[in-house]
Amino acid sequence: MTQLNEAVIEDKLIFEASDFTRKSSSLAPDIDVDTVTKSLPEHLLRKSDLQLPQVGELQVVRHYTRLSQKNFSIDTHFYPLGSCTMKYNPRACNTLAQLPGFTGRHPMAHSSMSQGIMSCLYDLQNMLMEATGMKQVSLTPMAGAQGEFAGVAMIRAYHDHNKDDARTEIIVPDAAHGTNPATAVMCGYKVRELPTNDQGDVDIEALKAMIGPQTAGIMLTNPSTLGVFERKIKQIADMIHEVGGLLYYDGANLNAILGKVKPGDMGFDVIHMNLHKTFSTPHGGGGPGAGPVGVSERLQPFLPVPMVALKDGQYYWLTEDELPLSIGHLSAWMGNAGILLRAYIYALLLGREGMQRVAEFATLNANYLLQRFADAGFEIAFPERRASHEFILTLRKEAKQYGTNAMDFAKRLLDYGFHAPTTYFPLLVPECFLIEPTETEAKTDLDGFVKAMELILEEARESPEVLKQAPYSLPVRRLDDVKAARELDLNYYQSHAE
Amino acid sequence: MPYIPHTSQEIAEMLSVIGVDSIEQLFDEIPPELRSDGLDNIPSRRSEMQVQRLLTEKSMQDGTPLCFAGGGAYEHHIPAAIWEIATRGEFYSAYTPYQAEASQGTLQVIYEFQTMIASLTGMDVSNASLYDGASGLGEAVLMSVRANRKAKSKRILMPATVSSVYRQVVETIVKHQGITLDIIDFDRANGTIDIDKLKQQSEPFAALVIPQPNYFGCMEDVHSLTDWAHEQGAMVIGLVNPVALALLEAPGNWGTQGVDIAVGEAQPLGIPLSSGGPYIGFMACKQKLVRQLPGRIVGRTVDLDGKPGFSLTLQAREQHIRRSKATSNICTNQGLMATATTLYLAFMGRDGLQKVAASCVHNTQALIELLKTSPGISFPFGTSVFHEFVITLPADVDQVIEAMAEEDIVAGIDISQYYAQDGLENALLICVTETKSPEDMAFFADTLNKVISDLTGGAQ
Repeated sequence: MTQLNEAVIEDKLIFEASDFTRKSSSLAPDIDVDTVTKSLPEHLLRKSDLQLPQVGELQVVRHYTRLSQKNFSIDTHFYPLGSCTMKYNPRACNTLAQLPGFTGRHPMAHSSMSQGIMSCLYDLQNMLMEATGMKQVSLTPMAGAQGEFAGVAMIRAYHDHNKDDARTEIIVPDAAHGTNPATAVMCGYKVRELPTNDQGDVDIEALKAMIGPQTAGIMLTNPSTLGVFERKIKQIADMIHEVGGLLYYDGANLNAILGKVKPGDMGFDVIHMNLHKTFSTPHGGGGPGAGPVGVSERLQPFLPVPMVALKDGQYYWLTEDELPLSIGHLSAWMGNAGILLRAYIYALLLGREGMQRVAEFATLNANYLLQRFADAGFEIAFPERRASHEFILTLRKEAKQYGTNAMDFAKRLLDYGFHAPTTYFPLLVPECFLIEPTETEAKTDLDGFVKAMELILEEARESPEVLKQAPYSLPVRRLDDVKAARELDLNYYQSHAE
Repeated sequence: MPYIPHTSQEIAEMLSVIGVDSIEQLFDEIPPELRSDGLDNIPSRRSEMQVQRLLTEKSMQDGTPLCFAGGGAYEHHIPAAIWEIATRGEFYSAYTPYQAEASQGTLQVIYEFQTMIASLTGMDVSNASLYDGASGLGEAVLMSVRANRKAKSKRILMPATVSSVYRQVVETIVKHQGITLDIIDFDRANGTIDIDKLKQQSEPFAALVIPQPNYFGCMEDVHSLTDWAHEQGAMVIGLVNPVALALLEAPGNWGTQGVDIAVGEAQPLGIPLSSGGPYIGFMACKQKLVRQLPGRIVGRTVDLDGKPGFSLTLQAREQHIRRSKATSNICTNQGLMATATTLYLAFMGRDGLQKVAASCVHNTQALIELLKTSPGISFPFGTSVFHEFVITLPADVDQVIEAMAEEDIVAGIDISQYYAQDGLENALLICVTETKSPEDMAFFADTLNKVISDLTGGAQ
């Protein structure tokens, strides 16, 4: 009986539960639509079908509640997705950011009706400046990638302002996130790819050969996506500055160093932070993020607007009027204010002491896991190095010996109740797992994760087919991605038209 | 220790496994001269109880005024169930569905979202959402230039009837790629695109942007504009309000061929005003342009057993595969907002959304009727409106807004700041949605009359 029930309900889309003869719910206002539309110009009215589902309120609640149960999430599973910092999202941050005074405020409300939210944003700007060692922070970028865009656009604005048009290149390490080169291109730059040496550091000799009057800047993540701290960062900063370039810090891995070392002290001119990582705002199934940018003194005039300023006890918006050289607006108003609020609340709850503990325990958890995996016979990509808040396993040996690749291990982990680490990134380590446990995981969960990997390794040895067919216990088995791309079905009504 | 579950015994065990004496030793690869432990300007931690009290005070400080402002951010009723469900931990604390089998909830929601947006806009396919409407328009402009190389032009015709703030955002996003935005003037009598001036364009252009309704709340003659642009070999980008589409023709059916790209802000569909974000941009297009779309896209496929399921698809367009050759640097969508939007449209359904839209139109017309008798107020534009309209005031608009704020009313948006050089002085953009009762509108009109009378010394 249960099985029948599952089969009937599980595969349904909301559209399949719709019936257009069903009358709408109590959620809509009571009004005669036809009377109103008569007052509008006839030739502009909608003649085409409006296919939105007509479903009862309870049935909608049940449909989406059941869908939610098909997800792994931080609240339900260990989620060691490298470079994504899947730490606990305190519920207080969400509850308090949803207070009616915050959610109901129109972005253009008069400043006399805005002092509360502006004071929060102002304090957050200051806290982020302190945490990163930058001179000033603008909160407006709506995601990490937009923060990156703002950062590189500021580098460009700086060179343009100095009439230094020969600078056409941005240097990006081969281990970098894909957003780095994509961003550089959006800002009109050519990308030069910088190789990494076998210790996971930037290849200094290659860098030397690459820089010159054509260098606009370099984009670095530190600790890098290889999970190690770039030890020659000061030398790199000096080299770039000597040729007139600027340094961009990708804040993806800020969680590893919070309260230990500041990007500003490493010589970076501009940084972005991912508040959905380090400051624990929700990942939300893929957004919304928030990607504030911080700058050194020389880039201050170019920051994106608006920002919050304080004068005579009154908060006010800094706009192009005060910052005529600003790169401009990145969103209609001030970015993802509701997400910024959550980050602010998180920062208050942690305080100075808690922020220092973030990097400490993120690093402790990562190094503990690394050692446990090494002891269990897994190959560590950079065994000579200290892990930062994350590290890389390479499963190339297992792929060769048993024919079970990193994706097979990842899918089998799902059966054991663990979300898989990041797979096949960074691109330069074969069959890799990028593992980031975060500071909020307990030792028992880390031990459970190692145990699961040991069991899977055992399975790979004994019966590799088990891995290749995994997962078995999830709502679906392994999905056909090739079919998804070849026979595009992106829209129910288009693909299932009678 | 907040959010750190480790006991001292566990810490000791972990350090011993690693083979170090202290946590501090784990940072020994960072050059000592770079180290800085100082976070002096960050306050000490507060308990949840203290933070709750502080934040409650701050939120109350901004009040819960009666809001008549729109201009791209709209107050609508949000069914209680939406955020109850959207903030379930399984949606709230999941990430981008890289592991499809463990993310079927998020993936199916996005597939349903794409279907609803495609249906609403009358287009073939939608992506999984973008940051917001303004940046979404920027992405649409980039896409139109990518997709219309045969126009041999990187020029975009951007009407002045598109929000000035949106135009600024687009400029920021596209200016480094050699794309220029040529502003098309508006007709002073109608508040819509000046079609005569538009038709004087002789140089080729890649795309024309058509807002519906436009920033002034007025309705553009979308059919003839779309056909004209297509005759010039250009693409058409429809910038639309999703609630208005319940009553107004979908961009996919404008003119004889429909627009090429439809884009807009989905905030009106269940997302709170929240000081301007997080919101959610939507973007839909014709099938033949699907490989030019930026952002995530979810497809329906089957698993090993032939059972239907969902996964991210067409990833070869994206930055994590294509790197410097990607269609955009966009990494994620606005997942949580897309979830809320999908819930809103599912709860409302076709009939519900039509009623919301009709109620907006009805209330807007009612307030216009009330204000017609107000001394000194004039209506610069004669065109039909959806749920926003412009009035010009016989007093300083900023002073009016400030005085209205003292009566706990957000009166609207001073648009003279954007259009003063176009002769729109002391102009106020007012929005009325289904949330306003007849009493609210009467209170607004009475207060406005009184404020104007006070400011003009009773001259009006």
